[in-house]
Order: sequence, then structure tokens, then C-alpha cells
Amino acid sequence: MRNLIYTIAVLAVLAGFAQLAQASEFVQISGGEFRSVIPEAEGDNLIAVDDFLVQDTPVTNAEFLRFVLHRPEWQRGTAVSLFVDDQYLATWDGPISLAPESGPQQPVTQVSWFAANAYCESQNARLPSWYEWEYLAAANDDMADARHLAEWRQGILSWYSQTGGDQIADVRSEPANYYQVFDTHKLVWEWVDDFNAFLVSGDNREQGGADQLQFCGAGAISMEEKENYAILMRVAMLSSLEARYTTRNLGFRCARQGEVRQ
Amino acid sequence: MKNRTWISGLASIITLSTLLVVAPVTLSANDNSLPPQSVYNLQVAVEDQLGEITGLDRYKGQPVLLTMFYTSCPHVCPMLISTIKLTESKLSVEERARLRVLTISIDPERDTPENLHQVFQRHSVDSGRWSMVRPKPGDVRKIAGVLGIKYKQLPDGEFSHTTRIILLDRDGIQVASTDQLGRPDAVFLEAIRTSLQ
Repeated sequence: MRNLIYTIAVLAVLAGFAQLAQASEFVQISGGEFRSVIPEAEGDNLIAVDDFLVQDTPVTNAEFLRFVLHRPEWQRGTAVSLFVDDQYLATWDGPISLAPESGPQQPVTQVSWFAANAYCESQNARLPSWYEWEYLAAANDDMADARHLAEWRQGILSWYSQTGGDQIADVRSEPANYYQVFDTHKLVWEWVDDFNAFLVSGDNREQGGADQLQFCGAGAISMEEKENYAILMRVAMLSSLEARYTTRNLGFRCARQGEVRQ
Repeated sequence: MKNRTWISGLASIITLSTLLVVAPVTLSANDNSLPPQSVYNLQVAVEDQLGEITGLDRYKGQPVLLTMFYTSCPHVCPMLISTIKLTESKLSVEERARLRVLTISIDPERDTPENLHQVFQRHSVDSGRWSMVRPKPGDVRKIAGVLGIKYKQLPDGEFSHTTRIILLDRDGIQVASTDQLGRPDAVFLEAIRTSLQ
């Protein structure tokens, strides 16, 4: 009995250390201007991003498990179908147990926008906006904006041709980028707060117009950025989603409003 | 006797503290009496053109036509409202009396009850059956999310948005929708009639 208690105590301490070592942190991002693939208005794709804070990794299975333990209404089998589809957390073993293919340090996937949003709210945070995400994802390991590097773009693209069926790696498996943020590319797709904002033209009087992927339309996507296929694929994927959908490769990270630096 | 008072006193303290702890959670949890697909599972507060605050379920128990709009919208939103009015006009008086209409602002910062009230009066809609409401800013995307409506704020303050009219049944389940503006959609009209039976 004493041995058992001892073992449990040691395991608990180890688990605590493991969490300390691996927990994601919010890092400060200095805002700035950049050219987005999505113009804010027709022909205007120079976007100003304010300072903000963002989690340095996507939310992991361990972190999401802790959340559903506190918030049973977000457990698989309990969450209402208005907010999640029938594949919600399907890779877990049970409502409150992970599985070998969904380990504690892997990014949580099969989560809906509503579930992601509820998680971030529980952390006193929110999902990043598309522009915030795209701004982060423009960085390689030593440059804030590496998008002009064809080789780097090609490296990202090659990930898209590999996904499907493969085991998802742990977070932080690749080096951090310029902002000390991990896994913007080559790990999972990520929800953004305004995933349902990708209709770019002004008035929407034409029947059926809203359902088209309008970034295909003339003027909707800046021609300067058309070589940025990887980012355009993200836009296409996000714009095809409903807020309750979940997929095997779709996770999220949270953001917060940043302090303006003096 | 004294003991019992003490215990009941303790019990009420426990009940009270449980309520205090549990109440914020149950507000966002689902209401078990609702079907899981019901839009009314989304528990958010909205403020109407008279400043009255309710949930999205203010017309629960009646079929509802629902759309998202904003009051400073120059062309499309007036068309949305007139399309709803036109659709309603195809119903019999008895049918119309059972139908409710809820238009939800995507621009809550500017769509104060006063502005909503002005639009309400401009369109001279039936105040017994219609309301125009604004959610809290952080709730607009959630409402759009459950309704499958897309919107984006443009730099000039205008919005680009899906012009969809949605029919909810008595329990708040989406049973039909239309993107057709300017003239009533025959299939949609039939769905409204069915839900009113």
C-alpha cells in the first residue's frame, strides 16, 4: 500500500514536471503591416495588425482534456450537435481519456470552432483572427516575412501533399519561428475566429454569390500573392467549413489582445 | 430542534454556494428539454429595438423567420426586410398571425436600440410579431456560426454578408432557408406553411 502511494506520488510529480516543461505559453507579438492574400477591400491588401499575444503551440490533447474535465458540457457524447459534428474528439478513447494515436503532447484535432472558442474563452482568450494567423505564419526561423523565399514556400507546400492518414507529430517537434511560435506550418490546420468571413466582394445581391469561394473572383485575391498556394489552401479549407465541423487535421491555438509597448 | 435548524441552515448555505458555483456553468450548458440541433441551445443575450433583453429563444414555441443584417446597410438589408414582408404577404391572415420574425444585427456597436427602432418604424413592421435585436459584439460570430451565415467588416465600416433568410420550427431547429431576394421563394414559402400547420 505504501509502495502504491509512493508510486502514485512519484508519477504525479513527474506528470507535473512534464506539464511544466511542455505547457504552451502566450508570447507577445509586435504588430505591423503586411500584404495579405485576402484584401481588406478590393485592391487593398496592405493589412495593419495590432500587437497581440498568442499561444506558442497549438492546444494539445492534454490541455483540451483538462478543459473538458472542468466543462463536462464539452465532453464527447455530451456536447450538443448544434456545436459539434459526430466526429468530435473521435480519436480519443473516451469522453475523458486519450488514445495512443492522440497523445498528450499532440495537438488536439477533431474539434469544432465552437469547442475551440469555448476553450479559448475559458483561458480568458479568443481565437486569433485570420490576419493575425497569417501574419505569424509568414515568418520562418529568422525572418518575420519569409514569403518571398521560393524554397521555403515549397517546403511548406510539400507538407500538404503528405497529410492524410499519417500520425500527427507532437507540438514543438520543429524549431520555433522568428516570433518564438511553433507549428504554424507542417503540423495541423488551425481555426481562426473569423473563419466565416471569407467573402470579399461588397454587396452580395447576386443569388448564390455568398456560397462561392469568392477569392477566386477577379480582384478578390491580390495577384501579387498568388504564388502563396499554401496560404490560399488554408483559406479555401477554412471557407468550406461550418462552425460545428471537425476534421482529423484541424486544431487551434488561442490569442489575446496585446499590450501596446512603450 | 436546535440541531435541525443548524443543519437546515447549513443545507441552505451549501445549496446557495452550489448555486453560485454552478450557475455560470449551467448558463452556457445546454437545456436538456431542447433538441440537440436547436439554435436555442446557443444561450446569448440580445437587446431589441425597445431596449428589452431576452435570449435568442424569445419566440420559442412559434415558427420564426430569422436573418442577419445591419441598419446602416444601404441596399441589401432593406431588400432583405422587404423580401420577408413580401413572403409574409403570401400567407393567409391566420398563418401570418402564427409566424414570428427576428432580424439580428451584425453591427451591434452602431445598431443601438434607437437605430433599430428607426428601421423598425421605417419598414412599418408588425411589432407584435417582429423584433430587431443586437447581440453582444463577442456573440455575433457564434450566432452567425449556428446559422451558417458569413460576414466580414470592410474598412469603410460596411459589411459584406450572406443574405439568407432562415426558417426555424417551434423548437428552434432550422428547417429551411433561402438566399433569394426580391421575390418570394416558392419552395421556402411551402416550408413556412408546413411549419405553421
